[in-house]
Amino acid sequence: MEKFTKLTSTAIPLEVENVDTDQIIPARFLKATDKEGFGDNVFRDWRFTKEGKLNENFILNNPNYRGSILVTGTNFGCGSSREHAAWALVGYGFKVVVSSFFADIFKGNSLNNGLLPVQVSKQFLALILTRLKENPNTQITVDLENQTISILETTLSESFDIDPYKKMCMIYGYDDIDYLLSKKDQIEAFEAQKI
Amino acid sequence: MGKTLFDKVWDAHVVDSIENGPQVLYIDTHLIHEVTSPQAFNELEERNIPIFRPNQIVATADHNTPTLDQHLPIKDVLSRNQLKQLSENCNKHGIRLYELGHKYNGIVHVMAPELGITQPGKTLVCGDSHTSTHGAFGAIAFGIGTSQVAQVFASQCLLLTKPKSLRVTVNGTLKKGVLPKDVILYIISQIGTNAGTGYFCEYAGEVFERMSMEGRMTVCNMSIEMGARGGMIAPDETTFNYVKGRKFAPKDETFDKKVAYWKTLATDSDAIFDKEYTFDASEIEPMITYGTHPGMGIKISEIIPKIDDPSFRKSLDYMGFKAGESMLNKPINYVFLGSCTNSRIEDFRMAAHFIKGKQKAKNVTAWLVPGSKQVEAQIEAEGLKAVFEAAGFELRQPGCSACLAMNDDKIPAGEYCVSTSNRNFEGRQGQGARTILASPLVAAATAIEGKIIDITQHLN
Ligand code: SF4
Repeated sequence: MEKFTKLTSTAIPLEVENVDTDQIIPARFLKATDKEGFGDNVFRDWRFTKEGKLNENFILNNPNYRGSILVTGTNFGCGSSREHAAWALVGYGFKVVVSSFFADIFKGNSLNNGLLPVQVSKQFLALILTRLKENPNTQITVDLENQTISILETTLSESFDIDPYKKMCMIYGYDDIDYLLSKKDQIEAFEAQKI
Repeated sequence: MGKTLFDKVWDAHVVDSIENGPQVLYIDTHLIHEVTSPQAFNELEERNIPIFRPNQIVATADHNTPTLDQHLPIKDVLSRNQLKQLSENCNKHGIRLYELGHKYNGIVHVMAPELGITQPGKTLVCGDSHTSTHGAFGAIAFGIGTSQVAQVFASQCLLLTKPKSLRVTVNGTLKKGVLPKDVILYIISQIGTNAGTGYFCEYAGEVFERMSMEGRMTVCNMSIEMGARGGMIAPDETTFNYVKGRKFAPKDETFDKKVAYWKTLATDSDAIFDKEYTFDASEIEPMITYGTHPGMGIKISEIIPKIDDPSFRKSLDYMGFKAGESMLNKPINYVFLGSCTNSRIEDFRMAAHFIKGKQKAKNVTAWLVPGSKQVEAQIEAEGLKAVFEAAGFELRQPGCSACLAMNDDKIPAGEYCVSTSNRNFEGRQGQGARTILASPLVAAATAIEGKIIDITQHLN
C-alpha cells in the first residue's frame, strides 16, 4: 500500500448526496479477476451518456476541475461492499475523498487501499464546495499527521478524526495482514480454548 | 450493566485488543463467491501466504451466473472466466464449493442458512454487504471488502473497532398483507439510510418474535440499507427448530448443548443501547419505494412527498416521478421476484397463493428467480411451479440475477421494475433501469394487474 502523509491539490466538487457504490463502479464492470483498469470506469454512467458520449455536464468531464481530491455530499460510498469502488477511485487518481459522512464498509475499503476518507462537518463541506465553485483553482491541503484539512491561502481549516491504528498504517504503508500474521500464535491459542 | 446479544457474541470472539485501536476478532465461518474473492486469492499467492483455515470457508457461485440453461457453458467470456477462477482457487486450496448446477448452489445468503452453516452465536463474514442476513439467527454476520477477505484467508481474523449498539423495537400485531419486507422498508423510510452507520442493530419486540426465520432473514438482510453493518435477532425456539437437522447443524447431544448455550445469548434486561427506536406494528402498511435509495419509501396508498433538495429532485427525475403524485395505477412492465432479500420458499408460497387461478398481465415480463437449488426443488415439489406456469409466469434458475444485473437479466433503460430485491440505486438492475422495491405480495399483484395497485383493497 502506498504511504500517505500530506497532500496539497486542487479538488473536484461532486455535489451529490448518497453516492452509492453502484454509481462509483457499476456491477457490469465487476467481472475482472484482478485490480487493474477500474479507474477507466469510475462513475461510468454519469461520465458517459447512454449512447456512450462524454457527458459534458458531469463534473469529472469539466476541464476546469482537476486534482486528486474528491469533495462530495453526505453518505458517500453507501451500498455494496465492493472494494472495486475504492480501486476505481484510486485508479482514476484520487488520493483523498472529503465528505460529511462515509458509509462504513467503503471507509474501511478506502483505508485498506491508501485512499484517505476525510470526514468534515457539514458547514466545512459547504464552505469547500462554495470555494471550489467560485474558483476551480482552490487548493486544499490534507495533513494526515496533524489530522487537519485546510483551504490554502485562507484561514479555513478543520481537524478530522481517524482511528490511530489506521493512521499509522496509512503513514507507513502497512496493511492489516502483516499485523494479523504476527498474531498467529495467539489466534491458535484462541482456537484451542474455544468451545 | 447487562450485555446485549451483540456484546455476548462479539466478546466471545475477541482474540486480542490493540491499545487505543481495533480488536482482533475471530471469524468462525467465511463465505465466498466469484466476484469479491479472486483478487484476495491473488494477493495471498503473490505474498506467499497460505490459507489458514480452508475448512472454515464455503464457496458458491451466484452473482455472475446465468438463470437459464445452467447446464450449458456460460456464453459471456468474463463471467465464465470468473467462475473458472473460483473453481480453480477452491480446488487448489481444498475449499468446499457449491458450484453452478450443484444441488446446494444458490445465493450465498440463501444457501448457507439452508444448509445449517449459519448458526446462533457464530461470527460469519462474506465479501458481500448483505451478509447481514445471517444475523437473523443471532450470529454476528457482516459484509467485508476484498482486502478483508484476504485477511480472513490469511488469519481467520479481522481487525475491527467494535461498533456501537442500536435497537429497533416493533411491538403489536402486523396488519393483513404486511410482510417482513414492508416492516424493514418502513423502518428505513422512518430512520433514513445512514441512521445505522457505525452501529450494529438488534431487532426486538413481538413482531420479530412472531416472525418466521425467512421473515427474520428478510429484515436483517436490509440492515445495511439503513447503514448498519449488520442486524441481529435473539435466537429462540423458531431459530433452533429451523437449524435442527440441517446438513451442517450440530447433531444429537452436541445440538442440545449448543441450544443450551444459544439460550444464554439474548440481551440482558438491564443492557443499555447507544441508540433506540420504537415503532408500533399497527402503523405499518404495505410499502413501495419511489426514489433511488431504499429510504425513499412510502405506504403504497400515500403520495410521493415534496422535498426541496437537489439530490431529491435528481432522484425523482431519474425515476420519472413527480412530487405529490400517487404511485397507484402506474403501469409496470417488469417484475422481479428474487434476490437474497426475498427468494426463499416462503416468498414463493406467498406469491403463488396470490397468483393461483389468476393470469399474468400481458404487458408484464416477470422473472421468478429462486434463491437456491433447494428452493427451486421445493417450489416444484410443493406444486408452486405448476401454479406459476398456469398463470403465465416463467420460473428461472437460481442466482442473484436482476438484483444486480451482472448477468443477462437486465431491465431495459427507462423501464420500471417492481422488485423484491434490496436496492433501487440508479442503474442497479441495468443501465437506466428504474427500480421500485416492494414485498413479494405487491410484486405478485403488480404482475397480475400490470400496474401498481393498493394491495390492501384486494385482500379478503
Ligand atoms: S441477491 Fe443481490 S443483494 Fe443479494 S447477494 Fe446477490 S447481488 Fe447481492
